[in-house]
Amino acid sequence: MKRREPLNNTQLLMTIAIGIFFVMYIAAMIFMGGGFLKVQQVFDLLNDNAYLIIIGCALTIVMIGGGINISVGGVISLTVMACALYLNGTGLQNAGGIVVAFLLALGIGLAFGAGMGFLISYLDIQPFIVTLAGMFLSRGLTTILSVNPVKVTHEPFLALVKTKIQIPFLGYVAQNGNLIPAKLEIGAVVALLIVIISFLILRYVKLGRNIYALGGNQQSALMLGINVRRTRFLSYVISGLLSGLAGFIFLMHKPAGNASVAMRSEMDAIAASIIGGTLLTGGVGNVIGTFFGVMILATIQKIIGLSPLNESWWQDMASGALLGVFILLQSVVLSSREKRRAQKAAAAPVLQKG
Amino acid sequence: MSTVRKTTKKSGGLGQLMIPLVALAILVLFNLIRDPSFFSIEMATNNSGNQVLSGNLISIIDSASGLAIIAMGMTLVTAACGGQDISVGAVGAIAGAFFVKIANTDNGITGGSAILGFIVCVLGTIAFMMFNGTLVAVFKIQPMIATLILFSCGRSIAYWINGSATPQLTSPIIDALGKTIPGIPIPTPIFAVILMAILLALVFKFTNLRLYTQSVGINQGAARLNGINPTAIKLLSFVILGVCVAVAAVIGVSRLHQLNHKTLLVDIEMDAILAVAIGGNNLGGGKFRLLGSVLGAYIIQMLTTTLYSMSVAPVNVKAYKAIVIIIIVVAGSPVIKNKISMLITRIKAGKLQASAAKGVE
Repeated sequence: MKRREPLNNTQLLMTIAIGIFFVMYIAAMIFMGGGFLKVQQVFDLLNDNAYLIIIGCALTIVMIGGGINISVGGVISLTVMACALYLNGTGLQNAGGIVVAFLLALGIGLAFGAGMGFLISYLDIQPFIVTLAGMFLSRGLTTILSVNPVKVTHEPFLALVKTKIQIPFLGYVAQNGNLIPAKLEIGAVVALLIVIISFLILRYVKLGRNIYALGGNQQSALMLGINVRRTRFLSYVISGLLSGLAGFIFLMHKPAGNASVAMRSEMDAIAASIIGGTLLTGGVGNVIGTFFGVMILATIQKIIGLSPLNESWWQDMASGALLGVFILLQSVVLSSREKRRAQKAAAAPVLQKG
Repeated sequence: MSTVRKTTKKSGGLGQLMIPLVALAILVLFNLIRDPSFFSIEMATNNSGNQVLSGNLISIIDSASGLAIIAMGMTLVTAACGGQDISVGAVGAIAGAFFVKIANTDNGITGGSAILGFIVCVLGTIAFMMFNGTLVAVFKIQPMIATLILFSCGRSIAYWINGSATPQLTSPIIDALGKTIPGIPIPTPIFAVILMAILLALVFKFTNLRLYTQSVGINQGAARLNGINPTAIKLLSFVILGVCVAVAAVIGVSRLHQLNHKTLLVDIEMDAILAVAIGGNNLGGGKFRLLGSVLGAYIIQMLTTTLYSMSVAPVNVKAYKAIVIIIIVVAGSPVIKNKISMLITRIKAGKLQASAAKGVE
């Protein structure tokens, strides 16, 4: 009979994150009541943070491979701006423009991902610097395209923005007796799909396993016959594609291009990955954890937004403090596990001799 | 054997500074060709009636001061911890808040209050940097993750320390700190860079800090077995970075004559890390050259000033900067370096063959 294995580090950290999310959410339901009792609140969190969930996945994949990508926010701003300009320029009734805009978004993401991936994996340049340059380039190109905010006036796209999936049985009854169905945006559904697909790829597809091996130990991965350069390159291509997709989803949530779109979202995505149990050292991580990381950050912001401390600097301080708690918790948990393992390892030979 | 020795000698000597020096030379040449008067320096009278040197070169060196100082500290942290501190901008805002809180008394800014403010600012910044350092050195958290905490809430803490949004500072002392001291034609921030550089150079000259930092960065376990305390070395690197950030913050506050927690030293963490990388230092820790990072800081500033003088809009500068950065790091990448050195040896070999062939004839 197969003995049940203890949780590995990834699963342990992810479990902690999921546990804390539920504790926090239930606490909010009890103490704040109101909106938190409605399913719509969860859906709103998903709707508002769909793009963050997607770039969270992008970062988790790269970080598992032992890299980092801080250009995701910039790529979002560039795709949002480029798509907004394209949609406004393509004629207001042209429904096919949406498809072209979608391909444009993916194309921009792919170009950035492939370019940066090439520099990082084939020219051995430090990923932080390359993606920093990518961030500068994408932010700069955004303002070159347009300094002023661009509002989308393309009608079919605006119709798409308004399309929401309505789920009546999760809705609530308003004061006037009407049933208001719970609304989920298309972007949120896409984000959830991306989480599931990334999870499956990382878990069951050869490329995903290779990324774990690469992040765990590059030398061993090389000796196992894994094409290290190609794997690393592909991890950046995937993250670039996902950032392009996130840009399109962002535009579907807020149909306007702006130079300061998704400012600092890369750091939020990194924080979410960390909270979800991904380690920057590589080889450890899980997109499900990242999903809950995003939800934890979003819930905190919502709670503070509804509390009397509704000021941006309180939000910053609270999310900073929360991040600190998580990071310390992870460090303590991991180091105590390591100590226990070391003790076991030290004890084992003695037992064998006896 | 001889080839091995040769390569190690190369990487430790001038080789590391090759890329930044060449980049700087190309920038200088480009500017000379584009506009020969770019580097002209002249005496001019500033707003307060002092004779000061003015010109693009002075303004480049002047405005890069904060970046150069922070890049020095960042180099040490990078070397010791194998990671970067991304909270320097936010901690700089906190440092500025400390300085203004103490220095700006009811009677305005006096010499005594400015000195007291500076001391409090340095101590406070060191305290915040010790927080980062403790997370990194004691709890063994990746520097970028550990400093993400202060990165995300540091500016809010600065706001909270100071209480009000943007106090204006008008005082001859602030003028002297941020611009020029009456009678001395060179901007004060340049002296601050020189002072910090001399201080660090003296520390490296009379202590083993450089050796210890490098050995901790290269192999922490080996360093510990040789009697070096990695925790202490890492903490010390963060303390030095704290001093650097405090000095840069005081310069920044004085230059703008106001404390704005949102714009003080904004985005300087990225530029500082870039400066470290352009200077040929390994972002993974280990060996380092402070001179390289300082050169990197001046390259970044010269690039920005060049772009401004070519009438590129300030918001678009980032894109052009990115392209130049990519060119510099590609030129400095190990793969390209190897290709070039192979090419050179092949050309040399070809020449040898050619001369040998001539000899046979």
